[in-house]
Amino acid sequence: MTLAGASIRAADSPPQPGPADFNLPPIVEVAGFGITKPMVLVVLSAVIAFGVLYAMSRRAAVVPGRLQFAGEAVYGFVRNGIARENIGAPDYHRYVPYLFTIFAFVLVNNYYGMIPFFQFPTMSRIGYPLALALIAWVVYNAAGIGRHGFLGYLKLQTLPPGLPAWIVPIIVPLEFLSNILLRPLTLTLRLFATMFAGHLLLILFALGGEYLLLHSENALAIPGGILSFVMFIAISFLELLIMFLQAYVFTLLTAMYIGLALADEH
Amino acid sequence: MSTDVVRAAEDLNPLIPHVSEIIIGLVVFGILFFLIAKFVAPNFEKAYADRTKAIEGGISAAETKQAEADARLAELEKQLADARHEAARIREEAREQGAQIVAEMREQANREAERIKDNGKATIEAERQQAVTSLRAEVGTLATALAGRIVGEALEDDERANRVVDRFLADLEDLEASRQAAPGTGGGAV
Repeated sequence: MTLAGASIRAADSPPQPGPADFNLPPIVEVAGFGITKPMVLVVLSAVIAFGVLYAMSRRAAVVPGRLQFAGEAVYGFVRNGIARENIGAPDYHRYVPYLFTIFAFVLVNNYYGMIPFFQFPTMSRIGYPLALALIAWVVYNAAGIGRHGFLGYLKLQTLPPGLPAWIVPIIVPLEFLSNILLRPLTLTLRLFATMFAGHLLLILFALGGEYLLLHSENALAIPGGILSFVMFIAISFLELLIMFLQAYVFTLLTAMYIGLALADEH
Repeated sequence: MSTDVVRAAEDLNPLIPHVSEIIIGLVVFGILFFLIAKFVAPNFEKAYADRTKAIEGGISAAETKQAEADARLAELEKQLADARHEAARIREEAREQGAQIVAEMREQANREAERIKDNGKATIEAERQQAVTSLRAEVGTLATALAGRIVGEALEDDERANRVVDRFLADLEDLEASRQAAPGTGGGAV
């Protein structure tokens, strides 16, 4: 869809991929509210994630079948590799479903960018990672306040122990800023920006290659176009890695924030 | 027209989130979380717990079995050792009994031999006594007869004496013959 929209503009002049490529026109309007492709994709991602995971876990048995084995690999990765490592027993059990949901949700939405016909990483629309980051913010702060009380939690998060008195007035606002205010923003921006930039790169090499091969008069256009498509393929593989990595990082950081909020020492 | 332009400018800034997308994100994530927490995670956790239980149960069952087998083996070994001791004891007893029996038999045989020997000796002694008695009686008789003959005859020459002796011997033979003809009067010649 982005390809089509951009290539119409690029029929004669070189394509200029940019933020506009991420602003898809609504597919349908319902009572003045435009439903866009990312919205459909996000809803679909929940259906896909739940459908697959339910199929994997439905007949969970002591001796796993092939589906269950695959599901357990993912679940165990989040449960043991992320939740238990960063939150620690026995608290981590409570947060496993939440962290597992984050991982599955982000993973499916990221891989939309690579799956033919979907071809749009929904997390490149900043509203979705922001929603996840807001939830994470509520969850880890609530966990900390529930464990230490409001003031105790604030003290824990903003005042590292063993500081000389004169530095406290400087450190406390900084820590408050970094631990309470900025964490959801960094979570959001990291996921959004990697998905946005990755998709933009792919658009650039795809449209650029197409333009160079079909429409350019330049002498170096043909080799340039071929190189462009080679880059497109190489970056696609890189993206496959990054898409997984970002889902992992988002889940990991959320787990770390929860673990830090629950911990007794900073 | 101007609002459209502002909206378009906002749309082009990818850093400005759309409220509708935040809301959709929250709602969809919330629903997915609910579904996973309710239908997916418990199943996996149950499988984990079951597996842990199965493994632990298997291990403890194996340990019980092992302990049973060890006890059984120890018991069997003990029984075997007992049986060996018993066998050795019985062999020893048998040997002793055998030796005792042999000794008894030997003693009995000795006694028997002794008895037979004594019997024989007694018989011989009795017969000898009888022979001596009868001989003594006969010798007396013969000597008396011989002396009578010798005294009754003149013993001047050897010829006569020889005849006397010959007659005595002939008489002896006659006596012998008459004694055989009339049994019961003596134990026979020696």
